[in-house]
Amino acid sequence: MSLVRRRPHFSTVMLIIGLLFLYLPMAVLVVYSFNSSRLVTVWAGFSTQWYAALFRDQQILSAVWTSLEIAFFAASMAVCLGTVAAFVMTRFGRFRGKTALSSMVTAPLVMPEVITGLSLLLLFVQMAQLTGWPADRGAGTIWIAHTTFCSAYVAVVVAARLRELDSSIEEAAMDLGSPPLKTFFFVTLPIISPALVAGWLLAFTLSLDDLVIASFVSGPGANTLPMVVFSSVRMGVSPKINALATLIILTVSLATFLAWYFMRRNEAKRQVILQQEDAG
Amino acid sequence: MMLSHLTATLRRWQLGRRAVIAFPLIWLLLFFLLPFALVLKISLSQGAVAIPPYGPLVEYADQTLNIFLNLGNYLFLLSDSLYVAAYWGSVKTAFMSTVVCLLIGYPMAYAMARAPARWQLLLLLLVMLPSWTSFLIRVYAWMGILSNSGLINNLLMGLGLIETPLRMMNTQFAVVIGIVYAYLPFMVLPLYAHLTRLDNSLLEAASDLGSRKLNTFIKVTLPLSMGGIIAGSMLVFIPAVGEFVIPELLGGPNTLMIGKVLWEEFFLNRDWPIASALAMVMLLLLLIPIVWFHRYQSRELEE
Repeated sequence: MSLVRRRPHFSTVMLIIGLLFLYLPMAVLVVYSFNSSRLVTVWAGFSTQWYAALFRDQQILSAVWTSLEIAFFAASMAVCLGTVAAFVMTRFGRFRGKTALSSMVTAPLVMPEVITGLSLLLLFVQMAQLTGWPADRGAGTIWIAHTTFCSAYVAVVVAARLRELDSSIEEAAMDLGSPPLKTFFFVTLPIISPALVAGWLLAFTLSLDDLVIASFVSGPGANTLPMVVFSSVRMGVSPKINALATLIILTVSLATFLAWYFMRRNEAKRQVILQQEDAG
Repeated sequence: MMLSHLTATLRRWQLGRRAVIAFPLIWLLLFFLLPFALVLKISLSQGAVAIPPYGPLVEYADQTLNIFLNLGNYLFLLSDSLYVAAYWGSVKTAFMSTVVCLLIGYPMAYAMARAPARWQLLLLLLVMLPSWTSFLIRVYAWMGILSNSGLINNLLMGLGLIETPLRMMNTQFAVVIGIVYAYLPFMVLPLYAHLTRLDNSLLEAASDLGSRKLNTFIKVTLPLSMGGIIAGSMLVFIPAVGEFVIPELLGGPNTLMIGKVLWEEFFLNRDWPIASALAMVMLLLLLIPIVWFHRYQSRELEE
């Protein structure tokens, strides 16, 4: 009577299709980066010449450096700003300006980039007129813009961790006479440090990836990697960009794999400790 | 003596507390709120051949203070069918993309939440990984797939299924595919977060009381994951309305979207007042979705 065979659940099928949808286009980029033909759509044999061409392209190389520099400093500042904002939102109770702060912290998450970019540019222009600073726009103004929108993401990640965290540990430290600042640095920060790392990495990738906001607030001097890539792909597909895409995908996959590996190992360790406690 | 020491300490803490609040508050007032006030200001000014290219709002000349408030930019937006069509095109495209994202993303998140515990982290990382690579390059990937001499057309023509290439690039279809592809992870993430938190005993209770699976899904699972549906949909819809890169790379002359029009007004026509007015109207359009998202998000943030 087994008319009903055990077939995979509809949602499982959709998950597989969804993952294929996410990964096939990236796989195509990787495969065609090894194509010897300039035409991206015709396979003409294996070659690594586009990687060589990529590493000879001074414009791309210097843009990579500019982007990494901006992303590093923007992510670091965003972690400071976002963590303080998250701490204030979750631990400070009620205060004047709380609604304003919480609206402004999360608003950049969904703000269309063209609006953020335009509004910041107008600010920098106006400030330059009134105060003489910033005299010319470039890496500095991109850093401010990226810090502002990245701190929103950091705040959300850190606030989620702070909410999970039992505040009784912090209260215990304060009851024992530890001043708030000391409690924050020696009790709270170490516990939430995984969230800080996650927030920093997220902010770093967001800053590296941004084209629209950087285009608005940048000056003639600073070209970030997305700006260079954009002006190239606008003209059509180019095998050099495929090679660059492959390297980016490889780096991110490797970093993700390492993160997964360590998280799994920690989880396994915790299970062992829990079992030992149960046994003992 | 003791008491005064205590009050001094308390006062110092109070001061410290204020300083801690002031740091993010001042940064955001200066670099988030003030810029919007400037967009409003410049949207009310007149374009001028100057650097920066707009006229002043307040001028003091001949001992009289002149204030120029110019609604002309807004009237111009309303009278020119190009802008109205661009707004409509943006909302339509963003809405379609959000629905498709939800239809693909919900079952994905559902399957992830039901998967064995040791698989869940891996699946979550697999869904999020593409969004950590490069947005631009992921959109670019579709140029090679959809174009007339692209992968799909080559494949179909090679198999002899079609004789002339299907026109997929520079169409609405391509823009929707691009948005769905780029924003899908942002739909799945909040849905998954809500579905894993779902209490299994509720589903068991429903089934014990004789509810059928579909019925349980509609009456229990769906309402309980509504927060995730709203958050995910807003995370896709709002940025998609203002999207510039996707219509620029995958769209064509028939896929007018407001983000692209704003970009062109600003960078090509150097008409800052019109670009500012376009941004203000877009913000007005998105006000309800943004407030909706914010309500949900601040509840999450503050407990």
